[in-house]
Amino acid sequence: MREIKRRVFAWFDHRTGLESGIRNFLYEEIPGSSGWHQVLGSVAIFLFLVQAFTGILLAFNYAPTPGDAYNSLKYIITEVTGGRLIHGLHHWGASMMIVVVVFHMTQVFLFGAYKKPREATWMVGVVSLLLTLAYGLTGYLLPWDNRAYWGTVVTTQIAGQVPLLGSYLQRFLGTDGSIGVVTFARFYALHVLILPPLTTFLIIFHVHLVRKHGVAPTPGDTGPTKKFFPEQMLKDVIAIFTAFVILYLMALFVAVPLERLADPTDLTYVPRPDWYFLFLFQTLKFFKGSLEPIGSVLLPSLGVLALFLTPFVDREKVMRLTQRTTALGVVALAAIGWGALTLAALRTTPAAPEQQASNLQQAADWNQFSPQEVAGLGYYRQEKCQACHNLTDGPPKVGPNLATAREHKNAAWMIKHFKNPNQVVPGSNMPPILLSDAKLNALAAFLLKLSPENADATASVPDDLVHGAQLYEAQGCGNCHMVNGAGAKLGPPLNGLSQRRTQQWVQQHFANPAALSPGSIMPPSQFSPADMQAIVNYLFSLPAA
Amino acid sequence: MEKISEATPGDQAQSRRGFGYAVIYALGSLIGAALAIPAALYLLLPPKTRKQQPWVEAGDLSQLQPGAPQEMTFRRIHADGWKIYSEKGTAWVVKKADGKILAFSPVCTHLGCAYHWDADKSDFLCPCHGSVFALDGTVLSGPAPRPLDRFEIKVENARLWLGPVHQAGETSS
Repeated sequence: MREIKRRVFAWFDHRTGLESGIRNFLYEEIPGSSGWHQVLGSVAIFLFLVQAFTGILLAFNYAPTPGDAYNSLKYIITEVTGGRLIHGLHHWGASMMIVVVVFHMTQVFLFGAYKKPREATWMVGVVSLLLTLAYGLTGYLLPWDNRAYWGTVVTTQIAGQVPLLGSYLQRFLGTDGSIGVVTFARFYALHVLILPPLTTFLIIFHVHLVRKHGVAPTPGDTGPTKKFFPEQMLKDVIAIFTAFVILYLMALFVAVPLERLADPTDLTYVPRPDWYFLFLFQTLKFFKGSLEPIGSVLLPSLGVLALFLTPFVDREKVMRLTQRTTALGVVALAAIGWGALTLAALRTTPAAPEQQASNLQQAADWNQFSPQEVAGLGYYRQEKCQACHNLTDGPPKVGPNLATAREHKNAAWMIKHFKNPNQVVPGSNMPPILLSDAKLNALAAFLLKLSPENADATASVPDDLVHGAQLYEAQGCGNCHMVNGAGAKLGPPLNGLSQRRTQQWVQQHFANPAALSPGSIMPPSQFSPADMQAIVNYLFSLPAA
Repeated sequence: MEKISEATPGDQAQSRRGFGYAVIYALGSLIGAALAIPAALYLLLPPKTRKQQPWVEAGDLSQLQPGAPQEMTFRRIHADGWKIYSEKGTAWVVKKADGKILAFSPVCTHLGCAYHWDADKSDFLCPCHGSVFALDGTVLSGPAPRPLDRFEIKVENARLWLGPVHQAGETSS
């Protein structure tokens, strides 16, 4: 058996050279001083492979066009088995990649491992760092939520500030004017077609250079060398495994932010870049007006240039770490500067918008609605809007969920849309709503009031109360009375009526106001018994202001 | 005591090396499994089914005459991955002599062509390969392998509601 195995391997090795190649790779001679400080490069390569793997899996269920991108990502997260995990690995893996790459670079910098003859290795590494950041920038747009959209607006504006090349750069990114389908296609192509092969090539080149010059020994290490396998490889694998466990736990337990569908008309959104770009974002604040390109373009470029030229600036002989006071100082200053800028940016970052919205709307239970809005709910039910629209989560329907659809939220647009849906939304199957303008106004008012927070409650409003609100509107009660802050103050506000009067009193008052309230200018109203009960029930449901 | 003194430094290095191998393989396999298993589930398991619209209203039955099938069209909601469509659906609705209602899926059970009602011969004829079905959906002639597929139905106030499609003879679940 053993003999057969040996012969099979020998045959393959003779024909392909694979086995001796791998052997050659594993038994590379490395300095005796190699150790834990040199595992980060391997971790970075491992993370790149994880990103490629999870990225390909995501692409199997992802539609790379605006709108659909968001829906398909939501589908991955909520409906596909393991989708949330795969997406989490890809999202947090990107952040982890940045951390590991920067630490790798810091280690190489501190140990002076970029010095002759390893200058090219260092420079290829700097380019790889830039590519890693480019993944971050292009990948940021792909979820197509508000965060993605507005973050990319800022990025592309900055690209436009590059002297001379700005407008060309913007055109290359497909953002001549605004962010749209072309921008999206360009970002997607860069993210999945251009960057991965480029990175693969650079990694191979980088590793080739490391092997060509040998792993850099710790200064003063002139002792005997050792083999990469298994001792150093074991350290690498343990480091990789540790990183993987951390990443896996994050993917499982830290939710990836996915905000609302990108809304270019949402002028309240405060965009923030991903955490690793926050320091640049904060730097930008120091430069106002025409000086802005200094912060947005010049300083970052100088930073990259400084990184590039490091091996040529520092040409001294290799020294022990403890003697490299300048290098230690540079790293310490960079860390403090980065930390301070990031902290400052975080302190000015508003709370997550979703949270803000819910605080704002918490009080918006249905009995806080104005009579017009409650009446609108009645028309919503009467016109059977729920046949095609959801207000809360439920089986999917043809039309959009009206509590979460925030586009076009103004009454004029809605009324135009109600009257002629197909003209306002090309391709819409929605039939026109044939109601009077007053009723359409009420319907629009109701829809504008809707939010994901109060949508549940609207289902529980009893029909007779809704009918009561419609009567209230039809009678024009709001011309004199105020309910929930809507209406006039000519007559008494009606909130808290149930605490002041009995139902019987109110009914008699409707029939003959002057008899019960001498001097009242309120006209008498004739209601059918059912209508009378409905409007009284409605008025008695109102909260006490 | 004797045994220990026999152990040479070479043996120790050997066993340390063996331990190193074992850890490398173990951790490597753990990582591989932690990635491969979710990936396989992700690609191979069907996505969570959304709550589909269980019943759709197809139309009025009061005009339906026994022995004269009627093609009823309706709109239904169809979820395709992350997209939701409203699509037109049709059903051939038959009232049998005893008043029993049947609703057939509008495609031939042979290769999925749309068949039609031949009023002269009183049977369903598929134009593609000449399958012929009787009023109750059974195969009269042609290559069709089984009777016409049926919608699950319910009737409320003379309105017909359609449920999922089953092959004839299948017990409705």
